[in-house]
Amino acid sequence: MQESQSAIQASYLRTPGRFKGFLGWVTSTDHKRIGLLYLYSIATMFFVGMLLGLAMKLELVAPGKTLMEARDYNATFTVHGVIMIFMVVIPGLPAVFGNFLLPLMIGARDVAFPRINLLSWYFYVAGVVLILIALLFGPGTPDTGWTFYAPYSFKTGTNMLPAIFGAFILGFSSILTGLNFIVTIHRMRAPGMGWMKLPMFAWTLYGTAWIQLLATPVVGITLVLVALERLFGIGVFDPALGGDPILYQHLFWIYSHPAVYIMILPAMGAVSEIIPTFAQKQLFGYKALILSTMAIAFVGYLVWGHHMFTAGMSGTAQYAFSLLTFLVAIPSAIKVFNWISTMYKGSINMQTPFYWAASFIFVFMIGGFSGLVLGSLATNIHVHDTGFVVAHFHYIVFGGVGYSFMAAIHYWFPKIYGRMYDSHWANIGWILFFVGFVSLYTPMFWLGMKGMPRRYYDYLPEFHGANILSTFGSWILAMGFIVIVFNLIRAARSGPPVGPNPWNGKTMEWMVPSPPPVENFEEIPVVGENDGPYNYE
Amino acid sequence: MYNTEITQASNFVKGVDTAFLVIMGISFVFLLGLTAVMLYFIYRYNRKRHPKPIQIEGSTRLEIVWTVIPLVLVMVMFYYGWAGWKPMGKPPKDAMEVTVIGRMWNFIFEYENGRKTDTLYLPKDQAVKLNLVALDVIHSVYIPAFRVKQDMVPGKDNTFMWFIPQREGTFELYCTEYCGLNHSYMFNYVKVMESEAFNTWYSDTTAVAASAEIESATAAGRRIMQSIGCFACHSLDGSKLVGPTFKGLYGSERTVTSGGSKKVVTADDEYIRKAIFEPDAELVEGFGRGLMLSYRGQLSEDDILLIIEYLKTVQ
Repeated sequence: MQESQSAIQASYLRTPGRFKGFLGWVTSTDHKRIGLLYLYSIATMFFVGMLLGLAMKLELVAPGKTLMEARDYNATFTVHGVIMIFMVVIPGLPAVFGNFLLPLMIGARDVAFPRINLLSWYFYVAGVVLILIALLFGPGTPDTGWTFYAPYSFKTGTNMLPAIFGAFILGFSSILTGLNFIVTIHRMRAPGMGWMKLPMFAWTLYGTAWIQLLATPVVGITLVLVALERLFGIGVFDPALGGDPILYQHLFWIYSHPAVYIMILPAMGAVSEIIPTFAQKQLFGYKALILSTMAIAFVGYLVWGHHMFTAGMSGTAQYAFSLLTFLVAIPSAIKVFNWISTMYKGSINMQTPFYWAASFIFVFMIGGFSGLVLGSLATNIHVHDTGFVVAHFHYIVFGGVGYSFMAAIHYWFPKIYGRMYDSHWANIGWILFFVGFVSLYTPMFWLGMKGMPRRYYDYLPEFHGANILSTFGSWILAMGFIVIVFNLIRAARSGPPVGPNPWNGKTMEWMVPSPPPVENFEEIPVVGENDGPYNYE
Repeated sequence: MYNTEITQASNFVKGVDTAFLVIMGISFVFLLGLTAVMLYFIYRYNRKRHPKPIQIEGSTRLEIVWTVIPLVLVMVMFYYGWAGWKPMGKPPKDAMEVTVIGRMWNFIFEYENGRKTDTLYLPKDQAVKLNLVALDVIHSVYIPAFRVKQDMVPGKDNTFMWFIPQREGTFELYCTEYCGLNHSYMFNYVKVMESEAFNTWYSDTTAVAASAEIESATAAGRRIMQSIGCFACHSLDGSKLVGPTFKGLYGSERTVTSGGSKKVVTADDEYIRKAIFEPDAELVEGFGRGLMLSYRGQLSEDDILLIIEYLKTVQ
């Protein structure tokens, strides 16, 4: 206990740099502090996005006006989408846990470019501020949906330019993080750590980093073109000037579909770390998991057209995209099989992170299976742009990334803060969140199949019942979230100190004190022939 | 489950619903099976019952099995999806053509004999081809009971959708591509009738004229404005929507921007005609350019006179 207390005193959380307090944090190039800067900013933005989501669900509790006008509802779902996608899930796991853990996991003192790393956080903050300006000032909150579809995005009289520019800058933050991780993984692994000894989480960060680096510029250019279209009428997307609105959709989804894999790959990686630790068993099919990660990262580039099956593409393009979409389901299925097999003949320690990881597998499967309905041509035509799509991507993006994020924060919390949370309250938070989540999104599948379009402020009476259930779910989920956050904040301030390795993990971050010292490792470790990230006995 | 839940009313229902059943059937089996296996492992290999783990590195044979089986299954799903979708792109030559004009925020249906309606009347068991025209932004025509959906993109006037209505009744038709303020109110009805009833309705060109004689000029004006969707953007009670309100409009003094300079004009007959045919020519202060498109070609000179008569009464 004495030792743990002194670890906290000597850790990156306390050791002063040139500045103290707040300035000491925002000028620090320590990857661990940058990870936490991201954690706090992303959690704040998630909270804002969640409030907007709750407002939307409250509006939909009954047909007609409940809380706000149609104009406000349209602005609400636009801002909810922009915040949740660009400010929460895309940076999400890589920016928080990737930054904090990657150097620790591969036995390095920091990432390859610590200053660029801090710069990427500043870009993030700048993007957030710009978008908040668009929200609060000017001729009206953007109301295009987070997809900014042409030609509506340059017809609307709302404050589009700052919002577009903000998203553009957020893209740079993402690119810099990706670049940093690629170089770090290639150049800074500890002696003896071959590629086949790299933990799965690092592998998934590697896959994600390539997508960030290669796909993000496409959306950057696209957003610039929309801005030019609005300012000067250059006529790339505006049909009135001979432009093509479908071209916009292609360019937008060439980024925004791979972006889903930017989000989900590290989420899969975190779960691949947590399940072996709590089963105390070697990760089943390590090589298959690596292969499937890279397959997803690659094939994920080639499926964007499935967002546009009703847009009027050529028939050949439609079935090619449908076929490729079905192919990308295979590596995801392989991952699920391997996770479940890892539990086989393990010795499962039922702790909060494991609850989250197991429920991740469940909601991710529902998200994946509903994705097959959307990837198939005939069924897509019926449920495209309905509540079904909304349910599907919330199961994947919020279910997948959100559950994995929760699993990760509960798993690495003792490493980050050197203290433990109250697992009784953590489990109560989990069950509330899970029940709320399922009752919030499952009715939307049914609504979509019945034919209720998405982005609808008002609806016919026949859709009322399912919408009530969905709204109730949103309240339960929010309660769960509040319990979780309060429990973690209390633990970070005054939880009981823990030793370096409370879960008996085998990856290298568990070899250093909790919380880690500023330099991570006193001496750079050497990975022996028989060491490995999952060598349990 | 699915089949009884949602109305089946066109020739595409069978193909689409078969694909639903195949995909969702396989998915449910796997979802339940995998969840059950996972829960069993969590129970059976709980630390209480199984304190010592047994290490297994993996199994190439298993990896191959669970790559190949899902691969075969998704190819089956792909096939059903493709088979249900393929006929949607091939309209028969004898299809009856109706032009659908979408704009913020209503649909108008134009028949070959010049009839225009805000409800899509269709004969049962007759192939119908809808030619889709969007005037301002992207809209999408979605008829859930028919399992069809197609975006209408401004500038792409050759897009179409087709189907054969196979059940009498009234069905919803929604816009499913988000198109701004009143997107959720952009829905109309499809009314499918026996072909005889349809033919009577279709050939009865006197219906509109007759009703116009009976109703007053103001009532006719209101009906015309209702059918082309004016009130989605212009209120009757003085509140500010997308465009200026109609309340107290006729005869009032208005500050407008015309050719870059401001001036004050009186809202007389000529003003209203110009506002409908050239909406951007004299822009009322505080409202955006380009939001309203010209109704030239959609409204006749007589229609305009009726609209003016109606607007005079909105004070």
